[in-house]
Amino acid sequence: MKALKKDWFSITSLVLGFSFLYLPIVILVVFSFNSSKLVTVWGGFSTKWYSALLHNEQLLSAVYITLRIGLVSASIATVLGTMAALVLAGRGRFMGRTLFSGMIYAPLVMPEIILGLSMLLLFVAVDQARGFWTITIAHTSFTMCYVAVVVQSRLAMFDQSLEEAARDLGCPPLKAFFVITLPQILPGVLAGWMLAFTLSLDDLVIASFTSGPGATTLPMAIYSQVRRGVTPEINAICTIMITAVTLGVITISLLNKQAHTKKQSSATIRAGS
Amino acid sequence: MAKKPLGPVRRAFAPWENPEQQPFIEFRNVTKRFGSFVAVDQLSLKIYQREFHALLGGSGCGKTTLMRMLAGFETPTEGQIFLDGQEITRIPPHRRPVNMMFQSYALFPHLNVEKNIAFGLKQDNLPRSDIKRRVDEMLALVKLEAFAKRKPHQLSGGQRQRVALARSLAKRPKVLLLDEPLAALDKKLREETQIELMNLQEELRMTFLIVTHDQEEAMNLADRISVMNSGHILQVATPGEIYEQPVSRYVADFIGDINFFECKVTGCRPQNGGASITLHSEELGNEIKVKAGHPRMIGDAVTFAIRPEKMRISFEKPLDPSLNTIKGEVWDIAYLGDVSIYHIKVSQGHIVRTIVANTTRLVERPISWEDKVWLSFDAEAGVILSQ
Repeated sequence: MKALKKDWFSITSLVLGFSFLYLPIVILVVFSFNSSKLVTVWGGFSTKWYSALLHNEQLLSAVYITLRIGLVSASIATVLGTMAALVLAGRGRFMGRTLFSGMIYAPLVMPEIILGLSMLLLFVAVDQARGFWTITIAHTSFTMCYVAVVVQSRLAMFDQSLEEAARDLGCPPLKAFFVITLPQILPGVLAGWMLAFTLSLDDLVIASFTSGPGATTLPMAIYSQVRRGVTPEINAICTIMITAVTLGVITISLLNKQAHTKKQSSATIRAGS
Repeated sequence: MAKKPLGPVRRAFAPWENPEQQPFIEFRNVTKRFGSFVAVDQLSLKIYQREFHALLGGSGCGKTTLMRMLAGFETPTEGQIFLDGQEITRIPPHRRPVNMMFQSYALFPHLNVEKNIAFGLKQDNLPRSDIKRRVDEMLALVKLEAFAKRKPHQLSGGQRQRVALARSLAKRPKVLLLDEPLAALDKKLREETQIELMNLQEELRMTFLIVTHDQEEAMNLADRISVMNSGHILQVATPGEIYEQPVSRYVADFIGDINFFECKVTGCRPQNGGASITLHSEELGNEIKVKAGHPRMIGDAVTFAIRPEKMRISFEKPLDPSLNTIKGEVWDIAYLGDVSIYHIKVSQGHIVRTIVANTTRLVERPISWEDKVWLSFDAEAGVILSQ
């Protein structure tokens, strides 16, 4: 810190960078507590927009649908992503594993608009009525690769001989996975789930492509309301979303950190003994 | 070889010499390929009940694959594996009466010592009281009663090794597999543990199979050693035989230190069951008289191998005419404390290593650098290896 104090360049870039990132968000949060109906004029502190939210049926049903999609898609994505990670992290050798490992990363860099469009085309091709389930499927497919990546990095630290030891001691393979491997990679799996849930929660593009009548997610509802003019109510709901996502991110990093410090503390105990 | 001071019973243990004896473990023409790589090639091996058998070889020789096939983690591409008269080639690991102690110990980090040891017993759905009794028994066996409630990360390396051992013994397997079990321990602890392992095997009367790359460990622990290289077993024999009568240059070189001389057979006549052979070595510029087990063709190119400790150094040429004698000059002396390794330069500039026990203090060392000396050894000191 001492060196940083003297270095004005560092401080300036830090301040500029973080204001660039967080100023819009801070303004949004501040104005969610604005009592004035005008978004840009401060009219004193109030939480009335939050209570107004409770009576906005449209937004509330959007919240409900978004949460349901998030829960279901994150759960399926976690199962599928974990399975993919297990295979790719070296269980059994098979042809083209490198290719598959590369392919699992593709959706991470693929533009969302293309993912959304391709999903839409698929659902049209199989003549699937669009709604809750189509969004859920689309979200599952794009979040599962994030889960796979997170779990895979966790598995890299996992000593495979643990599972072999379990099997050697008379434990059938599936049970060995649940009793030995899963408890070891659980922080990674949970972090993957949180990540998938958060991604599903704030996705607008893919959801817009794959949704149908009666299945409007929160980001979609906000977006359509904003086109008719921003209300402080939107600020309020956004503030709630920011809080939720922030808590999610903090949980993920805590899960990862806890696993990390566990390793470290065990190392110190070993060194001490 | 002063191996295992365990009395006459142990010394008489040699079921492999009895052709009637049924093997306890048998690999029959086992081949394992990973893609185009052949890890184990047409290998056959018989191991007997209560034997302590070592698979010895460098990395990639196939010893670990062989053990993993016995544990069930790998399935042979071809061939069969038998255990106690039953074919187990395709039985999955959790149904084999075989337990393994892993190199990494593979202790379950989220379970304490007690639960780690109980893990295998729980899989058999034994009554709780039986499990408890057996776990206590195992804890006592490895002297870890005081650590029952500790998690693996709260133990030292040696303690973790003992937990792993107790866990793999808890189910009283027909065979205990040890995969480089002592590799992670320091030298002193390793030696102690070796003795413990030997006593344990004696006490439990179980069949042990150990995989190791450490020749000293194999010599110290095993009743018999299989020396492996590139998927083949080169020699299966007792430590003494492996050391004194290696069948090939690879085995001779892998176990201990040895001098090789390229020779030509110049004479051969039968002599009470064996043969008395004369060799000529260009490198030594000398004739070598050898008593061998079987005759050789005159004119054959062979390798003569002799261990450094089988040769003596003296200033005067020994008078005994039955001894082989080679003239040389002390080139270098490596002082190792208990022994010194003398590097003797013989004619043609070839260096011969010989070991001399340091029976006197260093200051009194009679033979020194650049001294002209004679190397001598009798006709039974070395072996002839085919090239």
